[in-house]
Amino acid sequence: MKKKIVSIMLTAAMTATLLAGCGQAAAPAAEAPAAEAPATEEAAPADEAPAAEEEAAPADEAPAAEEEAAPADDTAAAADEGSVLNIQCWNEEFKSRVTDHYPGYEKVDDTTGKIGDVTVKWTITPTEGNAYQNHLDDILPTNAEAAADDKVDIFLVEADYALKYINADPAVAMSMDDLGITDADIADQYQYTKDIVTDANGALRGLSWQACSAGLIYNRDVAKEVLGTEEPDEVQEFVKDWDTFTKTAEDLKKAGYYVESSVNDSYRVYSNNVSKPWVDGTTIQIDPNIEKWVEDSKALVDAKETNTFELWGDDWNKGFYPEGKVFAYFGPAWLINFCMAADTEGSIANAGRWGLCVGPQSFYWGGTWICGAVGTDNPSLVKDIMLTMTTDKAVLKEIVEKDSDCVNSPSLLAELAADTSFGSEILGGQNPYQQLADGAEKVDMSNISDYDQGCNESFQTAMKDYFEGKVDYDKAVENFYTAVGEKYPELSH
Amino acid sequence: MEGASKKRGSSNVVKYNKWGYIFLLPFIIVYGTFQLIPFVSTIYYSFFENYRSGLKQIGPNFIGLENYHSLLSNADIWKYTENTFVMWILGFIPQIVISLLLAAWFSDPSLRLKGQRFFKTVIYLPNLIMAAAFAMLFFTLFADSGPINAMLTSSGILAEPYKFLANTGSARALVGFMNFLMWFGNTTILLLAGMMGIDISLYEAAEVDGATAGEIFWRITMPLLRPIFVFVLITSLIGGLQMFDVPQILTNGKGAPDRTTMTLIMFLNNHLFSKNYGMSGALSVILLIITGILSFAVYKFTTNQENYG
Repeated sequence: MKKKIVSIMLTAAMTATLLAGCGQAAAPAAEAPAAEAPATEEAAPADEAPAAEEEAAPADEAPAAEEEAAPADDTAAAADEGSVLNIQCWNEEFKSRVTDHYPGYEKVDDTTGKIGDVTVKWTITPTEGNAYQNHLDDILPTNAEAAADDKVDIFLVEADYALKYINADPAVAMSMDDLGITDADIADQYQYTKDIVTDANGALRGLSWQACSAGLIYNRDVAKEVLGTEEPDEVQEFVKDWDTFTKTAEDLKKAGYYVESSVNDSYRVYSNNVSKPWVDGTTIQIDPNIEKWVEDSKALVDAKETNTFELWGDDWNKGFYPEGKVFAYFGPAWLINFCMAADTEGSIANAGRWGLCVGPQSFYWGGTWICGAVGTDNPSLVKDIMLTMTTDKAVLKEIVEKDSDCVNSPSLLAELAADTSFGSEILGGQNPYQQLADGAEKVDMSNISDYDQGCNESFQTAMKDYFEGKVDYDKAVENFYTAVGEKYPELSH
Repeated sequence: MEGASKKRGSSNVVKYNKWGYIFLLPFIIVYGTFQLIPFVSTIYYSFFENYRSGLKQIGPNFIGLENYHSLLSNADIWKYTENTFVMWILGFIPQIVISLLLAAWFSDPSLRLKGQRFFKTVIYLPNLIMAAAFAMLFFTLFADSGPINAMLTSSGILAEPYKFLANTGSARALVGFMNFLMWFGNTTILLLAGMMGIDISLYEAAEVDGATAGEIFWRITMPLLRPIFVFVLITSLIGGLQMFDVPQILTNGKGAPDRTTMTLIMFLNNHLFSKNYGMSGALSVILLIITGILSFAVYKFTTNQENYG
């Protein structure tokens, strides 16, 4: 009997090996689709669905939809529109905004909701390694032919790759004219948020509710100890340009603090202030300001004044607590509010000991744009969501109050800045809105390209080896070109 | 008469053959759909320029051997081959040594080891954890400010944290170590099966003749174990060439530092991620050829010495 058990166990073990072996061999092939696999099953190929018959002439769909959108029915979905609203995104952010602030939205479960009779389906695909973009690339070009319930109605984009979808030919994002949104509707929005999603012919194809101007978030206690002051205006004097910043880093080092958690913190500050885009035609070019980032960062790392952690990792996060010995992070309002462990006892944010100042150069970070997908069967609902979420002042005010986003409305930000009773607890009572509003005016988005995300990601990875002293600069640049070449085979240098 | 009976006989054979083929059919269908067709189309597409630029599909355009040329003329592929081998050997050597030792102990009747079943199960357990989860665990353990560094610094062994994943040697060693941990149980069981198949009277005869334990191992166990040993070696080699999940997760797909932990399959995965099907097809074919040559060489080398005295 015992022998039997042993033999069964051994057999089971062997079978498991076989399966494990299969798993390993199949892993590379399975990896790509697995990473792209949408959270819901809505990506089913168009030809599988019998519903396709109903739309004998898919090409006519879009113009027909425009006509529907034209009537002044901007509160609810027209009765003859699709019953499923599909939304493509890469994280929970927009979902939670809609859940909390869109009138009439009811949550059903984690990936579905309801607006009136329309079911809202959320498909979340992570950004990393181009997975989200690859997913969009697969489904958007054929969206008009997809079965009614599978059609993408809204997709979200980030500034890093917005142009790819905005300039796509044929178009994949609906223009404001097609949606029936007028210039007057969106007059109270920052120009840079429109520039990012304006195509080569001047048509606007997306809207954002955020203005993600950012600044230097410093630890007030460290500032008081080392710099002798914790007031934003005075601290600004110690970090007003990169030379001063470097000098301050030395003083901080002597006192036992890192000036920033990682060199990757300051990357966006430099990369937002470039004089030419990453890619010209199909040639990759490295801007002098990016080179300056490498130079300054290498000096900081060599002097042990900062580290080379990757953003979002456990090492990088340590500075959210006093034991992390980090003086500052670079970031926008959403970083302060969501990412710095404000809910955790013992964190600096929890104690309200961060401060915000402009830092060496103005920059912005992140921001989500809402695009209506060409081929949508819910155009009037799409229009209403876009307008409600980005222009309705009552909703925007709610977003400020509940989520502390820096919203895309100069007039609202001005009101908030003037409101002396308002202060952020995390920032020790400081009212950051004047500074954020000023920053948003200064953002210049003329040098973005279709390839920014892949280039930024690969460049930071490649330079880490240089900062660590594993390779020289030329080798690191070469590794960068190799990695970009794998991501975008058409580019050369 | 004779002709007729022969005819009846052969028709019987045909009848049985038919059942043979019918029983084979499921395998052939599955093999054809999931192995043969993809295999042939991979080779076919390796001659095309076929990728996606933004939302535009480029190709497929026939470009002959251009994909192979650009892969082989670039030194990178050899570097990734070297990485793969170094990491495989780092894992395989401890794996085979420990496995042989354990298998020899388990199969030695004179040792009468207690709790064999327990240990056989325990050493197998690491293989049941998903490689990705295992790699994630090591990633956290060996992070710059992870528990391992915390222990080393607080006990005074290191002055400051050692960046395990930013140094070529330690990053490769970690990959090797993880593969060793995951696979030595499996290898032990395979070798053990081989050793238990050896006639016990040979050992008894050797003992009567006064052979030492070392002599018994090298002169009886090893030669008779050779077929299993070759099997283990070749399967491990092929598995090693396909090494992917551990380094992929451990280095977040970057192959850091300086692409020295980038394996061939990770390289393939990078191409697949950008939907560069032509290039990845060519790379797969090259991998197939490398695997074929190596397996053949190992097989020849190890079976040539079959005619020992």
